[in-house]
This record gives sequence, structure tokens and C-alpha cells, in this order.
Amino acid sequence: MSILINGSTRLLVQGITGQEGLFHTRQMLNCGTNIVAGVTPGRGGEWVLDGKIPVFDSVRTGADVTGANTSVIFVPARFAGDAILEAADAGIKLIVCITEGIPVNDMLTVKQVIRDKDVCLIGPNSPGLITPGSAKVGIIPGSITEKGNVGVVSRSGTLTYEVLYALKQAGIGTSTCVGIGGDPVIGTNFSEILSYFEGDSQTDVVVMIGEIGGREEEKAAAFISEHMTKPVIGFIAGQAAPPNKRMGHAGAIIEGGVGTAKAKIEALQQAGVQVAHYPEEIPGYIK
Amino acid sequence: MRLHEYQSKDIFAQHQIPIPRGRLASTPEEAKLIAEELNGPVVLKAQVLVGGRGKAGGVRLVNTPKEAEEEASKILGSRIKDIPVRRLLVEEGVNIQQEIYLGMTVDRECGETLMIASAEGGVEIEEVARVSPEKIARVGINPLLGLRDFQIRNLATEIEIPRTLWRLFTAVCHNLYESYQELDSTLAEINPLVITTDNRIIALDGKILIDDNALFRHPDLMDKRDISAEVPEEIEARKFGLAYIKLDGNIGCLVNGAGLAMASMDIIKYKGGHPANFLDIGGGASAEKVASALRIILSDPQVKTVLVNIFGGITRCDEVANGIKQTMEELNPEIPFVIRLVGTNDIEGRQILAEANLITAESLQEAAEKAVSLAKEVA
Repeated sequence: MSILINGSTRLLVQGITGQEGLFHTRQMLNCGTNIVAGVTPGRGGEWVLDGKIPVFDSVRTGADVTGANTSVIFVPARFAGDAILEAADAGIKLIVCITEGIPVNDMLTVKQVIRDKDVCLIGPNSPGLITPGSAKVGIIPGSITEKGNVGVVSRSGTLTYEVLYALKQAGIGTSTCVGIGGDPVIGTNFSEILSYFEGDSQTDVVVMIGEIGGREEEKAAAFISEHMTKPVIGFIAGQAAPPNKRMGHAGAIIEGGVGTAKAKIEALQQAGVQVAHYPEEIPGYIK
Repeated sequence: MRLHEYQSKDIFAQHQIPIPRGRLASTPEEAKLIAEELNGPVVLKAQVLVGGRGKAGGVRLVNTPKEAEEEASKILGSRIKDIPVRRLLVEEGVNIQQEIYLGMTVDRECGETLMIASAEGGVEIEEVARVSPEKIARVGINPLLGLRDFQIRNLATEIEIPRTLWRLFTAVCHNLYESYQELDSTLAEINPLVITTDNRIIALDGKILIDDNALFRHPDLMDKRDISAEVPEEIEARKFGLAYIKLDGNIGCLVNGAGLAMASMDIIKYKGGHPANFLDIGGGASAEKVASALRIILSDPQVKTVLVNIFGGITRCDEVANGIKQTMEELNPEIPFVIRLVGTNDIEGRQILAEANLITAESLQEAAEKAVSLAKEVA
């Protein structure tokens, strides 16, 4: 199997008629994803990509008509918080938010609302997920992945591609790759994804790519030492980053001495994780 | 975006949080005039966006308007951590009975807003957290419920605020929460919040950080941004939608994506070199954007080598290569460039660069090693 997305994923694209939405919908189709619907308020009734995908005015109607169970969000930041809530309200179980730049207080409200619902939010500010050979939800290039037994979880985008590419070059394939997002407040954290990989029969090894800011890698280290039987290889970006500067990602900042790469690497090493010095070293740790 | 103390206090005052009487002065004469109006001892506070202002001599207590003028002339025009002091906040002196800390911020781990209080005010809260964490009280705020009175009473009890002052303290907490929410802040700090000898509660200092991602909701705040404490290259980069941070090494870096940009700096360091900057050109950058990024990198005289690492997805390698070529023709830089392009249109990109006679690398590791050894040769 794989985690979160597979052949039974029925995907709905929020913001499908936008430039980004349309471009990536085509890419996702090329990776074999079953895309059943798109949503753009005011454009309901249209069809996109040569009549392949129907557009609806709301997630509720789109999901009712097509049985969509997963949504991916490409709408601008100021509307994205609302888009997440709309998907959750329509009963979508897996919501993947690609959008970068959502105000953090909007996300706090969203998190509070979805906390009590049976819904999994990936992102925001995420490249999405890919299960090579069966589905892609988001923007990870399909060409740099191949099917295999390594689970990958990461807070960033292109750095994840670098790792997937290095794995593929070494002849190592991926079960599922999950980008959890580079924002300070995100829907699903490392530990939850690690627990899914631990329970996935296709995954034998996990690669975890963290970065400076927050304490999620430390929490993941605690989770690994208590619950993981599968080996985990780690990498932490930002070892050369100065404190109190936001390194591109809204969440990548060392504040009040918290969130340093050093602390994260030490925590992971203590949990028995082999931590690579640079991305291309990772395949060497996988036997 | 960080607001000055005087801007933060203006906001507090608009939300009925008591602040000391006083005004902003930009000349010694103004400082004297304000001191005369206040008619008593005054505090002069340099308005610069750097920490450790007090220790650097940016805060003075004076007794007479004449002293205020003299001291103001010393502070105005001086530099605190290399930032010129252009304005002073001149405020009445306050008789302090107790200093406490009151702040609000985002708790990333729990995904909620926190209100934090401590009986140890006037020192950095991080320091209190390190030395005596038991002295810090905190409550998590449900955004759907807002801050509740009982939570404030819990804070007040924990930091031992006298019951006679609970009513005043409750009002300050509610007003702080209201201003924090209204401005889309990620931090609002009153440190210290003081209890005066005549039992009033006053915000003696103020620090507010606004979420840059929420500035679209606050167009009025845009012109409150003070860029004097920012690095000129960083301001320039922001104009082009680039995330650039200056560091003190000699290998300039141009990368797409924040995580990869950090990892590229890290590998330079691991291979024995020193990155000159962090630079993320973002996704789908045009040749023009790449050229402006390179101009910023090359404007740093310390840069001896440039490392370009592009993992093309939405970003097209041929577009990046064209940007590099354009910069080469325009600026004709004498320092070497090491370029690694992988992903979308990388073959076309490498073709463009082959014509321009630049050093290329297959892997990030190879690129970093080449850049580090070139930087050493040049230096």
C-alpha cells in the first residue's frame, strides 16, 4: 500500500480555473491521479482540460455529485483559509493546501474548527503528496520519483525534490512522499505522518527532512524512540542559518534560542536516527 | 513587520491600555519642550528597532528640561548597534512598585494563541523561561471563544497580582488581546507592565510584530514600516519578490526554494566554505528576476564566487540560464560562477551556459566543492 493517497483517491481541485490550478491539474492527471471535479465559485457548469473535468460552484455540490474524497487547494492566500473550511464542511476527509502566505491567525481559527472533525489537513505552504505509480496530489514533479519502499516526509518543496532525485539516481524508490508544509501552523505534523509510515506495509524505511524553527523535529524524535520500529534517516536544513531571521519559509526562524538545527540534529541522533550532512548523502544510509 | 515602541504604544492607547504621558522628539529642542510640558523627571528612549537598547545607552532618566535637551543631543544622531537614532520618545517618569511581564504570541506546537504573564518584568522573557520557568504563567486562547475572564484571573492568581488590582489587570489583558487580534499580530509584548506606587497599571514599554502575510488587510500599516534597521540588499530584494538574507561569508548563493537554499548554504559550510547569503528566487522565476537576484548578490563586495543551484519544477532551467547569461553580458563579473541545473528544461539551460563558458556541476555536492575551492583560490 502507501499512505493517505492511492488508486482510490477521488480528487477535487479547488481553484481549478486559475493558472496554477489548471497547470498542475494537467500534471496530476499525467501521473495517473483520478481527478473527478474542480471548484471555482462563479464558474460552475464549465468543463476544463478538453471536457475531462467538470467545474462546480462549491465543494459541497462537487463532492455530492462526484463522490470526491480528497481536495487540493490552489486558491490565493487571502481566500485559502475559507477554502479549507469549505472542504471540511463538505465532508472531504483529506485536504491538501498548496497555498503559501496564509495569515497565521487565520490558520489558528481553521485548526480550531477542524480539530474535532474527522479530517486530515496537509499544509498549508506544502508541495503536496505523491504515491508514485498511483496518484499525485499537489506539485511534486512525477518524473523524479519511482515506486519503492522508502517513505519521505518533509517541511519543504524543492529540497524534497532534491532528495527524491538523489534516491532515484541511486535506484531507490518511494512509497509515498508527503510535504507537510513550511508554515509555523500546519494541519499535520511529522509524528502523525511517521505513525502512518510505521503502519504501512509498503514502507520499510523513512526519510524525514526537517528545518530550523519550532520544535516539531524534537517531538518527532521522541515519537521515533517510543514508537518507530522502522529505520529513520534524517536531514535538517538551516545549519548555517543565523538566529531571528526568517529563512524564506514563514516557519523557518530561530526564536528565543528555540528551533536551532543543532538541537534538532541532537534530538534525532539520540532517538537513533542517522542524520545526513547533505541531501545527496541520504541514499548511502539506506541499505 | 516590527513596530517601534512609540507606534506600539499609540496602538495600546487607542485600545484603552494606559501608557505614560509623553511624545516623540526628533530634536533636542523638542525634547526640552516636552520635558517642560511634563513638568517633572522624564525618560528619554531612543526609537530604534534593535534589542539591548538600554544597555547600549539608548535610555536615560533626567530631572530637568535642560538635562533633557543635553542628553537628547547626545543620543540623537548617535548609533545604537550601527542604527542611527533619529527619534526619541520623551515620557514622564513613573514611580514603580512592581514590574510584570504581559505578552501574547502564537504557540506553534499547540496551534493556538497564548497569553503569557510573569511576575518578573523588565527582563527578557526568554531569560526568565530559561532560569526560572515556574515564574511564567500562560493560558491558551480558543479563537472561537476569545480570551475569557476566568483565564485572566488564573494568570493574575498565578503571578500574584493583588486582588484589588484584578479589575484593572483584566481590562489591560482584554484590550491587549483585542489589539493583537485586530492588527493580525504574531507578538504583542508589554515589558514591563508596571504597577505604580499609587496602584495604577501602566504599559511602560511596547513591542508589536505584525504578520507580513496579513498586511493586505492593513494597508494603513504599510507606511509605518521603518527600514533603517534593515540591510539595504534585503530591502532591494523584497522589491523583486526575492527572499534574501545577508550573511558574512564569500560564496554568493542563488537557489530556488527556501529549504533547498538553506541546504545549499549548509553544504558550503560542511565543505569548509562560507555562504555570503541566503537567497530564494521562489517558484517559476523569470530571467529578469534571476538577473536582479544576481545583481544583488554581486553588489556585496565580499562575494568571491557565486553558486547557483536550481532544481527545476515550476522553475525552468533555461529561463534561469538566460538570466545568468544576461547578467554576464551586462556586468561582466570577474568572479567565477559554479552552476548546477537539474529538472525542467535542464538540457536547454546547460546548452545556453555552455555557450557562455561557465563552470557547471552535475550534483549539489560537486557544485559546493567547486565553489568552495574557487573561493579559496580567489581569496
